Amino acid sequence: MVLNSIEKLLEKYDNAETTLQEEAQLRAYFASDDVAPHLESYKPLFVYFANTQQEAFTKDVPLNTKKKTNFYQWISVAAAAVIMLGIMVPQMWNSPTYSQEEMELYNKTKNALAFMSSNFNEGASSINVLEMASDNFNAGMYKANFVKEFGKTTNKFLK
Amino acid sequence: MTQADFVSLVMPFKDKVFRLAKRLLVSREEAEDATQEILLKLWKNKQKISDYKNVEAFSMTMTKNFCLDRLKSKQAQNLKIVHSNYQDKGHSSLQKQVEARDSVDWVSSIIETLPEQQQIIVQLRDIEQYDFAEISKMLDMNETAIRVALSRARKTIREQLTKTHSYGIK
Repeated sequence: MVLNSIEKLLEKYDNAETTLQEEAQLRAYFASDDVAPHLESYKPLFVYFANTQQEAFTKDVPLNTKKKTNFYQWISVAAAAVIMLGIMVPQMWNSPTYSQEEMELYNKTKNALAFMSSNFNEGASSINVLEMASDNFNAGMYKANFVKEFGKTTNKFLK
Repeated sequence: MTQADFVSLVMPFKDKVFRLAKRLLVSREEAEDATQEILLKLWKNKQKISDYKNVEAFSMTMTKNFCLDRLKSKQAQNLKIVHSNYQDKGHSSLQKQVEARDSVDWVSSIIETLPEQQQIIVQLRDIEQYDFAEISKMLDMNETAIRVALSRARKTIREQLTKTHSYGIK
């Protein structure tokens, strides 16, 4: 009888002597609807085992390959190097060379500017003369103040 | 080894890793984190993976050790409230009451009360259906010891279950 064999299997099951096939047999029996009433208490156990087996891992695992990050890191280094070269290379190589004519023009301009500046200095020294004149003028003004003061007192007498 | 190779290698047993982690750590989030950690560890050592004879058994062992470490450090901290050590005695939440009514969940809470070793064995044998040779490799135990532990665990579960069943209350 089926029930008899199930009971025997359960006893073996409790002693952990069943094979995987026998356990599958038990699972199938308890998954069905017609379970003997006195074995009803076993049902949740096998139903639980079957349910739990369905549970799955759903979270994503980020398996990033390391090469990518390295690649991007090196790109920034390369960019920095390119910018530095871009600034330094034109300064180092393009030290300018001038033709004879240009040098002549340059010297002439230089001379003209020097001449102008010497004239300018001359003008500045004649300004010094003006400064002296203004000093004398100030001294005169100071003396004129005495005359003013004198005028004030004479006016007082005249009143 | 490319990413696709790795995924196809890991695919068949990643759920088993997750379920074992969940059995031990109880909370789903913790188990997900643990599984992720295990898979990342495997991915990092992908060059060596071909040397392992049985990647699945190796991963299960790794999971077991990882989770036990987690639990140990948690006990040492003694700070976090996890589902397994938090008990609202007296007035249990409505959620709990509803859960308790569902007899299938009794089984889960009964298994939770077992010692970790027995939990692992029940998980590997009754849920993942590994044969004893594989389990002994994963746990580094001999088969007789596994059978003894499993038998003890099954008897405890059955006892608790018949008790609950006959009284209708826990």
